[in-house]
Amino acid sequence: MNLNRTRIAVVSVAAALALTACGSAGDDDEGGGADVDVKEDAAAEFDDGTAMKEFAEAGAITIGVKFDQPGIGFKGATDDAPTGMDVEMAKILAGSLGIEPDGIEWKETISDNREPFLEGGEVDLVVASYSITDERRAVVGQAGPYYVTGQQLLVKTGSDIQTVEDIEGKEVCSVTGSTSLENVEAKGATARGFDTYSECRDQVLDGTVEAMSTDGSILLGYAAENPDEVEVVGEPFSEERYGIGYSLESPEMCEWINETVQKSYDDGTWADAFEATLGKSGVETPEPPAPDACPAA
Amino acid sequence: MASIDDIVQDYGIVLRAFLLTIELFLVAGLASLVLGVLLAAARVGPIPVLAKAGTVYVAIFRNTPLLVVFIFVFIAMPRLGVNYPFFAKGCIALTVYTAAFVCEAFRSGINSVSLGQAEASRAVGLTFGQSMQHVVLPQALRAVVPPLASVMIALVKNTSIAAAFGLAEATSRMRFFTNNNADDRMLIFLTFAIGYVIIVELVSLGSHGLERRWRVAR
Repeated sequence: MNLNRTRIAVVSVAAALALTACGSAGDDDEGGGADVDVKEDAAAEFDDGTAMKEFAEAGAITIGVKFDQPGIGFKGATDDAPTGMDVEMAKILAGSLGIEPDGIEWKETISDNREPFLEGGEVDLVVASYSITDERRAVVGQAGPYYVTGQQLLVKTGSDIQTVEDIEGKEVCSVTGSTSLENVEAKGATARGFDTYSECRDQVLDGTVEAMSTDGSILLGYAAENPDEVEVVGEPFSEERYGIGYSLESPEMCEWINETVQKSYDDGTWADAFEATLGKSGVETPEPPAPDACPAA
Repeated sequence: MASIDDIVQDYGIVLRAFLLTIELFLVAGLASLVLGVLLAAARVGPIPVLAKAGTVYVAIFRNTPLLVVFIFVFIAMPRLGVNYPFFAKGCIALTVYTAAFVCEAFRSGINSVSLGQAEASRAVGLTFGQSMQHVVLPQALRAVVPPLASVMIALVKNTSIAAAFGLAEATSRMRFFTNNNADDRMLIFLTFAIGYVIIVELVSLGSHGLERRWRVAR
């Protein structure tokens, strides 16, 4: 009897958990993205001993992207593959090695583990809203930039907060440990760090905090998901230059990444990628930034 | 570059972060002691409804991961219209979780006092409350110090979960430093680990002191 009751309890709890898991999934309908050219017989183009040759010959590459940033890198619980601007850039890079999008193994990288993943070889490339900084370039390679954005604010529609000056004394959330959080603190706001951007967005939606702040590109993705409830306000108050991370053990990758990025500017695949992802929130396709020169080998 | 300079420069930030860790620990520690003692009293007490309620409470909160408790307090409750300031929410989550462990530590202490003592005190006419207050609890307290110290040490470290819930305590600041100074992670980890070790050592020194002071020949 007793055992039976326990069993029923266990089953009902399991069922409840399963239901919640289902409930949170499947509220995204983007997907698709631009078509990417996949080069044939790419391995022949690269010199022996380079990382590019290895990837091209293996026909496989592991790329770290964000899974929780709509428009940049996003993967719902039921999706097979992530979508977003970063994901499109990753496909363009893989395509130049002759690797089909199917041949890419996607790994979720969060802000904290991007350098350890590159250093430990868990991923071959990181395309994860990865701002270029001198500190990061001391431990990993960062080619690019391929996109430039700046920190803005996401607030409930009709909020008192309209410019960055208005956040003084207010509670503003972002991801724990991020530079965005440091910047809002410097503007006199109380910084509230969360693990993911979506948790932070939820805090704005339920009114616990008054604004969310991070790169405008990320905020636009969230605004596009909930256009009636939230909006992006204020001029950008920082400059973030998104780069592509690679391991310093393969410095030869820098030239290849920059050439591929430059080529995607020239042949219009970069603009296609932007329009298929971030462009959906209604912003105009910007002028792409010129990649930095690679460090001398 | 040179994050150790940053840490020294931002000495104030590191100290403030650890101060918040200590505040969370002290407030949640005191509150969970109070709640835990009440729960333990309910569990060993003569009123069946209270005893059952105490058992259910412990079953729920001791068996739920602390992260789930935090998600409930910070993400689910505000949607149900129950919302408090961040520091209060952090203390609530830590308290309801830790109180279950405090309760069990006290219950084991109370059970270590032989039943004859409680019976004798009831026989001389003390009420349940009086026999607890004057006979059982003073003896139980001595037995309870070591397990309680373990619970409190766990609480110090558990405060780090608040890092992901809007509270800029030590772990949250550590992640801020590691994110900005990717080239010097080991040093940053070490600095913050030492901070936690110092706090935990203080707790365990305190418990040793209490053990020594309350030691009596039995």
